[in-house]
Amino acid sequence: MCLAIPALIKTIENKEAEVEIGGITRRISLWLTPEANVGDYVLIHTGYAISVLDQEEAMETLKLFEEIADRAEEEG
Amino acid sequence: MKFISEFRRSELSKGLISQIHHKSRTPARLMEFCGGHTVTIFRYGIREVLPRTIDMVSGPGCPICVTANADLDKAIALARIPNGIIATFGDMLKVPGSHSSLQEVKADGGEVYTVYSAMDALKIAEERPAKNVFFLGIGFETTAPTIAASVLQAEERKIKNYYVLSMHKLCPPVIRAILNSGEVKLDGLICPGHVSTIIGSHPWDFIARDYGIPCVVSGFEPTDILQCIDMLVDQIESGESRVEIAYRRGVSPEGNQQALKLMAQVFEPCPAQWRGIGEVPDSGLKLRKEYQHFDAEIAFDIDPGPTREPRGCICGAILRGVKTPAHCKLFGKACTPQHPVGPCMVSSEGSCSAYYLYGGGVEG
Repeated sequence: MCLAIPALIKTIENKEAEVEIGGITRRISLWLTPEANVGDYVLIHTGYAISVLDQEEAMETLKLFEEIADRAEEEG
Repeated sequence: MKFISEFRRSELSKGLISQIHHKSRTPARLMEFCGGHTVTIFRYGIREVLPRTIDMVSGPGCPICVTANADLDKAIALARIPNGIIATFGDMLKVPGSHSSLQEVKADGGEVYTVYSAMDALKIAEERPAKNVFFLGIGFETTAPTIAASVLQAEERKIKNYYVLSMHKLCPPVIRAILNSGEVKLDGLICPGHVSTIIGSHPWDFIARDYGIPCVVSGFEPTDILQCIDMLVDQIESGESRVEIAYRRGVSPEGNQQALKLMAQVFEPCPAQWRGIGEVPDSGLKLRKEYQHFDAEIAFDIDPGPTREPRGCICGAILRGVKTPAHCKLFGKACTPQHPVGPCMVSSEGSCSAYYLYGGGVEG
């Protein structure tokens, strides 16, 4: 029910955006994320963007996971 | 970066699993509050790959499951109002109320529509001004701001035939109620990710501070859950309890200020009935006085009749984390996703549905 899906903003017009989800384009509302820009990834929940995803944080998390995976492999 | 597939790489999961096995020494019971987390945990077989020290229990984080029968009955009564149209999120249709379901009302010729968004309900209201459109406001803090936005949009566009039946629920107060009941002992809490996207991580501080339970906010991909468990194990093994975020790409400590502002503008907290838990103070949302003309319960006289609970169903105890579907005599027999008796089997995020689809029977 609290499902939210990441999607890329392609265009913005009047508090609404066109986003791409898995190759499909749809219109969503930016009422809850007025700070969103074209090119941002947002989390979409029931047709509304609820958050602009933080790319830097995502990269850092993945880097941490890779370090953990490397360490686990070394330790066998 | 697509924000999905990167977080499903099995080599990353393997590393996290190995690290959890390496660190975990103390037996610990962790609750995943959110039904979305329950689905990820079952779909990816996460329980099976954890060390024996870790016991997982599902919480009440499924809005449809926790909706009390009395509220469902109100929705069904609204559906029978002449010139009424019900617009609702999909899973609600099949949930049995005391005497009927929305699906049965629909089969009897009632106008009941499944919508993806509150905006779709608003559109129906705009296109059919002679009808009264009732949107069933179901959901936690993730969803409530979208309904608040729809009310403000209705006001802006002067749509007079759009009404909300607010059955929204707030998560921190119910966790407090569960912990206060003393029925279930927890050593760690996996806090809901998208609820926290809206409210931030601070509203969970009281759990770590007052109850000494480690809390970590998690995302919904398998590596997110594993990272969250790893961080909880760290706290448990060091004897600490604080609130951390394992989903930093989608959650900040402060949350979404705009969403919180709109939600507070349209709604105010009220007591709410939770299935299996009872009335919890300040755990619901009702429309503020200024927006009462959008409140279905105020605009219309609803008579839902007496409430009745399904016989033999233990959804309430399952929602409190006290029992699992394995304890239910109806599970997989009288109660299946095709013929659900209780809401935890209806909702795709309900514990019973997850056990049925991914649990391979009644192993709990």
